[in-house]
Amino acid sequence: MEKVLKDKILLAHGSGGKLAHELVEGSFLKALSNPFLAKLDDSAVIDFSGRLAFTTDSYVVSPIFFPGGDIGKLAVFGTVNDLAMAGARPLYLSLSFIIEEGLAQSELNQVVNSIQQAAREAAVEVVTGDTKVVHRGSADKLFINTAGVGIIPEGVDVSGGNARPGDKVILSGAIGDHGIAVLSQREGLSFSTQLESDCAPLGGLVAEMLAASPNIHCLRDPTRGGLATSLNELAKQSKVSIRIEEEKIPVREEVLAACEMLGFDPLYVANEGKLVAIVPAGDAEKVLKVMRANRYGKSAAIIGEVKAEHPGRVVMKTCLGASRIVDMLVGDLLPRIC
Amino acid sequence: MKFITEFRRSELAEGLISQIHRRSKTPVRFMEFCGGHTVTIFRYGIRQVLPPTIDMVSGPGCPICVTANADLDKAIALSQIPDIIIATFGDMLKVPGSRSSLQEVKADGADVHTVYSTMDALKIAEDNPDKSVVFLGIGFETTAPTIAASILQAEEKGLGNYYVLSLHKLCPPVIRALLDSGEVKLDGLICPGHVSAIIGSRPWEFIAQDYGISCVVSGFEPLDILQSVDMLVAQIENRESKVEIAYRRGVRPEGNQQALKLMGQVFEPCPAEWRGMGEVPDSGLKLRKEYQHFDAELAFDIVPGPCYEPAGCICGEVLRGVKTPDDCKLFGKACTPQYPVGPCMVSSEGSCSAYYLYGEGFEG
Repeated sequence: MEKVLKDKILLAHGSGGKLAHELVEGSFLKALSNPFLAKLDDSAVIDFSGRLAFTTDSYVVSPIFFPGGDIGKLAVFGTVNDLAMAGARPLYLSLSFIIEEGLAQSELNQVVNSIQQAAREAAVEVVTGDTKVVHRGSADKLFINTAGVGIIPEGVDVSGGNARPGDKVILSGAIGDHGIAVLSQREGLSFSTQLESDCAPLGGLVAEMLAASPNIHCLRDPTRGGLATSLNELAKQSKVSIRIEEEKIPVREEVLAACEMLGFDPLYVANEGKLVAIVPAGDAEKVLKVMRANRYGKSAAIIGEVKAEHPGRVVMKTCLGASRIVDMLVGDLLPRIC
Repeated sequence: MKFITEFRRSELAEGLISQIHRRSKTPVRFMEFCGGHTVTIFRYGIRQVLPPTIDMVSGPGCPICVTANADLDKAIALSQIPDIIIATFGDMLKVPGSRSSLQEVKADGADVHTVYSTMDALKIAEDNPDKSVVFLGIGFETTAPTIAASILQAEEKGLGNYYVLSLHKLCPPVIRALLDSGEVKLDGLICPGHVSAIIGSRPWEFIAQDYGISCVVSGFEPLDILQSVDMLVAQIENRESKVEIAYRRGVRPEGNQQALKLMGQVFEPCPAEWRGMGEVPDSGLKLRKEYQHFDAELAFDIVPGPCYEPAGCICGEVLRGVKTPDDCKLFGKACTPQYPVGPCMVSSEGSCSAYYLYGEGFEG
């Protein structure tokens, strides 16, 4: 009985008392320790110089473990990627856990260990954090809120509003893996697939791309809403149109098959380790070359270009040579995939 | 063989497209019955690549779209009865009835579960013995056998809390009704692929024989549709009208006997109300007497309230193929996928949604 109790997170773990300290020291500090976190002060105090990129995100994925990742890895990589999409070098994260009472301590530890590995791979440190435990039913196992900061190198100006007519659109790899991998584990919807989430940190890839061309205009990671939604956002922010070619967009056969079965369009399925770059035409080939040399950009491809007419539109040339509009996602395609 | 990418290859498409251009001399009008085909046609821009001799119109083959408002109201009314769990395919959630949608009543606390198969609905019934689970049986011959199977399983397991609201529709009778109305003149029909996988190609013979209309059963990839159009053109230029199967990897002339047997065991034909077409004889399915204890309409006192059709919506005419979505004053203005007025803008297989999402006629 005692063992069972010990393996469960209780409301008392969020009380600020002894159990809370046990949790912080036993789970979080043990795995994530660094000089900032070890001080256990109310704030992390950091010296900075340069332009700061600052982002926040929340993770509510269900299930919390899925092929190729878990909520912890997703939280670290997702936050790091948001920083990287501003052209920043990701440095520090905050993590805030909202835990449903009854979560197994072992599951929490598994998530924290995964956070440790992910932070190491992404070369970031978790410098501050918080834990709350809520009544059963008030959360679904575990929610993680993050913030992240990074430094933007001199001369880099990446923004969704920077796309210019004539620019090329580069996609870093096959789309839809994450959304379909998570969905395949859903209760009531398990279908068997070898597919794993593409969940990956893109800070290194972005640094190499910016080293090859500091003139990169836009970067975006097509997470929820998929590639179609990211391209629509960029077209609207930059007041340009984006024309893509269906046949140039890499999609795995398994993803296509699952999409057919479920009635989805892979253009709208989430990714967690992919990016879209909008690059001046003259620099496109050299950016593509460094991307393909990076493990997270091996199947990168130029998928289209930016045009002046019909601002705000995304148009796709289909495999039949016809063209059609690619609209933003309407409503909810896949609930809680990140 | 790769079953998807092989059927999207541009060099094969190019060959088919130029063959269609070469062969097609007579001006013709083809209807694709099925909403799934409509989506493929718009998603890949098939109308743009066909010669001007071929006029394509979309038909009523979207089960969500043809569900009458009165039936939607019944489903919504059921969700308001205490201790009822509604289990439904996701597409139904957003469809507006006379006053609200399942999505809205769900937000207000109704217990509505989205399921991907009837077996999920059975599981919900097993897991919640103190509640009643009503599965919304919406669909054509494609889904009816799986719902029949769930009823047989419920019977076998002695599940007393599983019910079906049977709003199923049958395709051949509605095509006959459409042709008899004389409103739309057709030279060729692209027959539904998944429906034919169940019923076979023989139930379409009357269209070729009685109405002289060429028929081809098609699959859902762009090459499937192009091949079907090419076969229709060939029939017409040869002055033939017969039923052919282009979708040989999915359809046999005799259909799926096992599925048909299940369907026949549990259901029997009945008149059904179609949006835009009114009541069509023998075009619906009701539970046979032996299985009536699974019938939600008999088990519960459903009070749907008065039924209204949305003002200005022409979904009915769009479904009959006599108008196109851009003939509608509401299209793209008062009626969009975010704020749909009629079901054809909601359903992923609806013509209005396909027009809107893929920008038919967008020259850019």
